[in-house]
Amino acid sequence: MVTNITSLSRTGLRDWLVQRVSAVVLAVYTVFIVGWLLYTETLSFELWHALFEQTWMRIFSLMALVSLVSHAWIGMWTIFGDYLNERALGKKALTVRFLSQALCGIVLFVYIAWGVQILWGL
Amino acid sequence: MSLQVSVYRYNPEQDSVPHMQDFTVEVPEGKDLMVLDVLALIKEQDDSFVYRRSCREGVCGSDGMNIGGTNGLACITPLSEAVRKEKLVLRPLPGLPVIRDLVVDMSLFYKQYEKVRPYLINDTPPPATERLQSPEERAKLDGLYECVLCACCSTACPSFWWNPDKFVGPAGLLQSYRFLADSRDTATEERLSDLEDPFSVFRCRGIMNCVDVCPKGLNPTQAIGHIRKMLLEKGS
Repeated sequence: MVTNITSLSRTGLRDWLVQRVSAVVLAVYTVFIVGWLLYTETLSFELWHALFEQTWMRIFSLMALVSLVSHAWIGMWTIFGDYLNERALGKKALTVRFLSQALCGIVLFVYIAWGVQILWGL
Repeated sequence: MSLQVSVYRYNPEQDSVPHMQDFTVEVPEGKDLMVLDVLALIKEQDDSFVYRRSCREGVCGSDGMNIGGTNGLACITPLSEAVRKEKLVLRPLPGLPVIRDLVVDMSLFYKQYEKVRPYLINDTPPPATERLQSPEERAKLDGLYECVLCACCSTACPSFWWNPDKFVGPAGLLQSYRFLADSRDTATEERLSDLEDPFSVFRCRGIMNCVDVCPKGLNPTQAIGHIRKMLLEKGS
């Protein structure tokens, strides 16, 4: 067994499951938003505001945001492991990979915090 | 008929970098030779040219190479499929260290194969004659046991190129499932536990290059899907 401490859940099985489930959440959310935009006859800020004022919509949006962030982490972790590894970069790989992962983690955390502020601040 | 052949050449004792060398080979008209036959004709012209071969009928898996950009076995790939733009281009299997010309170092490939413990594990006392299987149980091994370990699939897989030390690769995983699916094997739990990590199985992103190139027409992606399903059933 190959262990790794930077993957989302430390088991490939759970990461894989999280990626699949989060993909479904994101797909449903996208279909809903596009459908809402298409089937709302006269689109206005008031209607948009009213939609996001409802608690279920805020929870649904937060769920989509958390899904996006976890999905992105697993994907980016894989990409970093493929292209920023010892075979590609030699000795400096660990430093470059760790810094890239840290930067990615910070950006994703900012998305969560900022998203919550937007959703509950509307 | 003259055939233009471009071959990857590298002799670490003489060359600082690999290069492509062009040969003109005379092939008989009206006969669809195999790529391996052309290799023999090149060898007649230049006996320093090196490649692996053995059975010459797609059973031993020795002559896996990159033929016109696609991995395959030279002995069962006809020129009619291999020649593109009137030229035959031959390179070693990608992603593995080249020992010389078309011969690659397959140590990492075998290391991953060894990791899946490709043999029957059964600690129960052996019966007097043999461990029997029903025809249905035996049928589950079809499409799995036929692998000749030519490494065409694993060396066509980007996940294996980038992490050959951690990702088992399609060939190893096909064999892993061959023993997971075997009714006579009793080590299913341990085998699955060894595969749960983020690399061994889950580095597969399902691009199916392995299925595309397998000279035996096998489907490692499907076997990997079965392993994932078994892991899911065990873990949830």
